[in-house]
Amino acid sequence: MATWHEHVRRTGTVPEWPYAVRYGEDEIFSTDVLVLGGGIGGAHAAINARRSGARVLVLEKGAAKWSGNGGAGVDHWLSACTNPCSEVTPEDFTTLTLADCGGYDCGPLRYVHAREAYDALLDCESMGMRVRDVTGEFRGAAFRDDETGLMFAYDYRSRIDLRVQGWNVKPCLNKEMLRAGVEVRDRVMVSSLLVEDGPKGRRVTGATGLDTRTGAFVVVTAKATILATGLPGRLWVHSTEYRSTFRDPNCTGDGLAAAWTAGAELVDLDSSAGDGASMAYIAYGVGNAHNTWHGCPIVDSNGTEVPWVDRDGKVLASSEQRFLPSPGQRFMVGSGLRIPPSYDNHVKQLAPDLPERIRRGEIALPLYADLTRLPPLERRAIFGLMVGNEGRTRVPVYQTLTRAGFDPDVDLLQVPVMDPDAYGHASFWAGMPVPHWRQWGTGGLTVDWDLRTSLDGLYAAGGSIYGAGAHSSAAASGRYAGRKAAAAAAKRAHEGAVDRGQVTREKARVYAPIERKGRAMGWKELNAGICKVMQDYCGRYRSQATLERGLSLLRGLRESEASTVYAANPHELARAVECLSLLTVGEAVMHASLARKASSALHDFTRLDYPAVDPPEWRVLLPVRLEDGKVRVGRLPLDWHLSPPNAPTYQENYALHSGLAGAGEEPEG
Amino acid sequence: MNDRTSMVPNPPTPNRAVDFDPGACNGCNRCVEICRSDVLMPNPEKGQPPIVLYPDECWYCGTCVLECGRPGAITMLHPLNQSVSVVWKRAATGEIYRLGMRDPPPPNTKPPAR
Repeated sequence: MATWHEHVRRTGTVPEWPYAVRYGEDEIFSTDVLVLGGGIGGAHAAINARRSGARVLVLEKGAAKWSGNGGAGVDHWLSACTNPCSEVTPEDFTTLTLADCGGYDCGPLRYVHAREAYDALLDCESMGMRVRDVTGEFRGAAFRDDETGLMFAYDYRSRIDLRVQGWNVKPCLNKEMLRAGVEVRDRVMVSSLLVEDGPKGRRVTGATGLDTRTGAFVVVTAKATILATGLPGRLWVHSTEYRSTFRDPNCTGDGLAAAWTAGAELVDLDSSAGDGASMAYIAYGVGNAHNTWHGCPIVDSNGTEVPWVDRDGKVLASSEQRFLPSPGQRFMVGSGLRIPPSYDNHVKQLAPDLPERIRRGEIALPLYADLTRLPPLERRAIFGLMVGNEGRTRVPVYQTLTRAGFDPDVDLLQVPVMDPDAYGHASFWAGMPVPHWRQWGTGGLTVDWDLRTSLDGLYAAGGSIYGAGAHSSAAASGRYAGRKAAAAAAKRAHEGAVDRGQVTREKARVYAPIERKGRAMGWKELNAGICKVMQDYCGRYRSQATLERGLSLLRGLRESEASTVYAANPHELARAVECLSLLTVGEAVMHASLARKASSALHDFTRLDYPAVDPPEWRVLLPVRLEDGKVRVGRLPLDWHLSPPNAPTYQENYALHSGLAGAGEEPEG
Repeated sequence: MNDRTSMVPNPPTPNRAVDFDPGACNGCNRCVEICRSDVLMPNPEKGQPPIVLYPDECWYCGTCVLECGRPGAITMLHPLNQSVSVVWKRAATGEIYRLGMRDPPPPNTKPPAR
């Protein structure tokens, strides 16, 4: 008797909402550092701000114990360039990967990631997460360093990506937050940023939020605020029916929408990426050879093995070579970093002509992932260590499959049977890509070397910042932003005053869906309608005319259907307000896309009216912001972070800004 | 067939997302407390398994199972259109198995590495 339908059939009654409903009631807090979002970035930020002596409050939409994109676990700790076995410096790593991104990346974020990811990992270890082979199960493996017990992924020579046992990373972080005295308020979504205008420009003085269970209204004043609400999802594709996306569907851009509305500068919003996986197969739960399963032999139904090749297309003679760079190659770059593949960073892969081999009948479907062909420790590393610890695979894949009898020592896991074109990339769970299904790209807030946004008092961490990406990036940037926000808060005597007018307007906006009378629309249908506009008018092919039409349709949705969206309880109310965030973020994306009058391979779209691809005059970042209701577009050179007033090198900027003893002097301001 | 025949909407898809074993679950609601999407609601009857109210919003992260202190009380159920594609072949015998099959092979009890 577990589902709603079963309950209703058994009892004949519709159950009452289980939480006290407190629509419109205020809960008022004040703090030194307010952290919006208690995921990986937010948790590290909160802990580090607290360690710097600040009072810290976290607003978390779910429950901080397991929440966030990285909350279900982590198996790869990427770009840990300062680990004792690394062969790559943070400076080299940042310089080379920024070049691979065509410069469209956030230099400070990438550098902070490379520089502090390993420190953040040691923090996690001190909190109880296992980050090395303590039991000695992997002694003798090519990916294990015997002195430290550290284990490596992808590239066993450069040793910058670590294999970790982070299934419990979030409970560890949560426990540390509470131990350190961070105040965590679960089940509150961000709805707006509080701002005040002064002689030095606009300043963020806190935020408002909505309790997703009670409907209460939360108002927080703070001396400094850190936005760590992650990447917006559900903008191009949303199906509550068959979910497989790797991004938490609760991340809907509420933070970015609030920042945009407050006038913060956002950049790279015109970037999006293919999202074939939204309604395909269970990620890492079917035969594949990508990321966590990198290096796994793929065989056809006759036992013929699909060859692995190097960056020149040369077939690799042994499975060991799948984990070593090519002669003359500096290092290989793993998945999940939002770095486009290049000749320089190439990771060994399955023969790229696999679709053609299938069409020719040379390779017979179905294919299988055959872990039995790997050395036992490599096999155990993929299925036992990585699948056993990755976010969304420990229970969904490892436990589910082993309980059903799957045994990687004796069984071959089938690859889905698909159109041959779907075998072009070894992430076989992604199925056939649907061209107009996109997902959020590299867009986010602009930051300076303090990870401070364009608004005074507002810092950012993790996926809220443009560029970069990955669990360890969120951890490292959270660590850094926490220190910086605490230092800024320490310089302020008191929190700002609350503008009651702003709160009144915000409450009217947030609670409108509970007041609807007559014909009204539920949040799911509205969400799907927003997605359709984004798919059709802001897909891989765009033009001035289609983007302007898309913008006008989004405005139309806001005025019409969105103004009738209704909510039957606080949960539906939160989902309805999320749709308003999606509309805001979608409009910002359309504006950013209009601003780039060129096609861009690096942002993955073609402008039908400007077919030239990434021409020199458009090799520039285009920050957008809202000012007095008008959209302002700026131009920022790709190397802004190493140009005046910044110092010319990564090390110097880090020394000036990181706020770490020994790293250099803290500048005033 | 004691159930009344009543007007109810179609069940959402997927229908369940997670399944509770009433023999193992003690209704402590720890899973309810941590579910990021509020898929689960406390049962009005104390001590009973939670009500799966929003199975259509499950992200399949599995943290409800990780949080649960009663082994076997919660089982994750992927949507059928996904679980039906999880198929494997025993190398030695060529036998084919799938997730959700009627007579599954015995479980593999080896725990994950940690």
